[in-house]
Amino acid sequence: MTVTLGTPLTDAPAGILVDPTEPAVRRRARPGPGLLAAGAYLVLLVVAMAWPAALAPGDPLAADPLAVLRPPGAGHWFGTDHLGRDVLTRVVHGAGHSLTIGVAATAIAVTGGVLLGLLAGLTHRVADEALSRTFDALSAFPMLLLALLFIAIAGPGTASLIVAIGIATLPHHARVVRGQTLVVRRSGFVEQAVTFGQSRPRLVLRHVLPNVVGPVPVLAVIGLGEAILAAAGLSFLGMGPQPPSPEWGAMLSEGRNYLQVAWWISIVPGLAVTATVVSLTVVGRHWQARFDGRRR
Amino acid sequence: MSSPPVRAVARRLGTGLVVLWVAATAAYLALLAAPGDTVDNIVGDGADTPQIRAEIIADWGLDRPAVVQYLDYLGRLGGGDLGRSYLLQRPVTEVIGEQLAPTLTLAVAAAGLGVLLALLIAVATAGYRRPWLRRLSSGTELLLVSTPSFLIGLLLLSVLSFRFGFFPVSGDQGVVALVLPAVTLALPIAGLLAQVLRDGIDKALDEPFVLTARSRGVRERSVLVRHALRHAVLPAVSLAGWVFGIVIGGTVIVEQVFGRPGLGQVTLSAVTTRDMPVVLAVVTLSAAGYVVVNTTADLAYLLVDPRLRRS
Repeated sequence: MTVTLGTPLTDAPAGILVDPTEPAVRRRARPGPGLLAAGAYLVLLVVAMAWPAALAPGDPLAADPLAVLRPPGAGHWFGTDHLGRDVLTRVVHGAGHSLTIGVAATAIAVTGGVLLGLLAGLTHRVADEALSRTFDALSAFPMLLLALLFIAIAGPGTASLIVAIGIATLPHHARVVRGQTLVVRRSGFVEQAVTFGQSRPRLVLRHVLPNVVGPVPVLAVIGLGEAILAAAGLSFLGMGPQPPSPEWGAMLSEGRNYLQVAWWISIVPGLAVTATVVSLTVVGRHWQARFDGRRR
Repeated sequence: MSSPPVRAVARRLGTGLVVLWVAATAAYLALLAAPGDTVDNIVGDGADTPQIRAEIIADWGLDRPAVVQYLDYLGRLGGGDLGRSYLLQRPVTEVIGEQLAPTLTLAVAAAGLGVLLALLIAVATAGYRRPWLRRLSSGTELLLVSTPSFLIGLLLLSVLSFRFGFFPVSGDQGVVALVLPAVTLALPIAGLLAQVLRDGIDKALDEPFVLTARSRGVRERSVLVRHALRHAVLPAVSLAGWVFGIVIGGTVIVEQVFGRPGLGQVTLSAVTTRDMPVVLAVVTLSAAGYVVVNTTADLAYLLVDPRLRRS
């Protein structure tokens, strides 16, 4: 076996031996095939959400008793289900249902997280401690169970799913924003603004907030994937939109009983979920890498 | 033992207790927020007369001030009493106790398998040696983390059970029936842990002590496993709480997919019938489990890494 050495010997201390002609923003990585595919898929999803008929002109609820459980092939690219509904049409029309839940839940988590995190980072130590322990306690509940608890109180349905997942993912965002706030609060430019006698609201809005929310969009993209996974899981358990709806998790759950004879009914919407989450993660990571590069 | 480590341990235990208390309180508030009168919920479809209602109020102590009820709830919780199921009219501890074994078996099997897989993948793909292998494994890991566990379960079922008949389709008969559910739950865990472990190993490989070990002529495999992996395990340990959450949440879905009896089925039926004491007990217990796992992991950190004791 060959012994390969790392590069510790050539590592120069920062600031020395750095090529002065090197641009401040280093090599903007050319998008690879993976990133392009992920981006293309996300664009398709947005089209499917906004205008599903453009991709699949059929009716997602139209049953056809003469074309039941058709395997994928010409006419029905992804086959038909037990009622003869076209699986592709349903998956395309379901994108809106599934993604809306994810997007709305993430919006709740991000808004709440930024507000509470900012509050925790700016207030008195005792209040900060109380808020931080509440975030800790909320993240102690496994996300799926916290969502189930909320659904037990509010009943199943789309709105419940949105709020439940939003609350369950909120503490993560709040913690990140709190940490950022603590750093920004002690930084020189904030101190300077304080010495200039700026009012507190202006201080927070003009100086703290813009510097705190930097990593939030990246986190939100990756969090969106998580929210979509959770939503699919909960509606698979029957806690979300109910059966005739082409929501992906609900479709999967409906198709389960036909798994042995017609795998495509549940596997196709499942793959749609996976592709969505993978694409979001790929795009999110790329964005994060660029963001970190800019910070360095 | 000097005093700083003792203080660090004590502080960590204290934080754990506070988090537990806040979690229990949140659960109690959830019970209050649940719609419908508690008495209505307890009466259910049973006989409903003013006399029975008065009896229920007296039995459950519902006429006492809210603060007293809350303290009473905390006291009973501390003593291990989780209340009575509205629907089954039995102590919740009994209901949960009966179903705990299959779920715990599944959870432990899945977590063990996930950690084992992650270790194997990380050690096999770490270092700078085989870029294609690395790209393949990080792609696979991304796929595993992004795939809903019910899809993994259904895929395994349709290929291995329906097509080839290797495994039973559902049920809880012996070890064979445990394989597919455990694999289903283990794969996403392995996906994330392998990423973290490999990053840790790569980082450790850049450290001077690795150079020293190599210059002493230590074999590459031994450098990887004995020197680098040791350092990589630490950050992975802090994910113990995350693994616990994934496993506990995951069992609910996996038990549904594979038709296994267990806590997940109990939880789901309690959620749909709004049997709040059962739902709350499951939720509170899992939060408690998370806190215990996380605290233990942090304490292990303190023991293993002396640098952390100072702060």
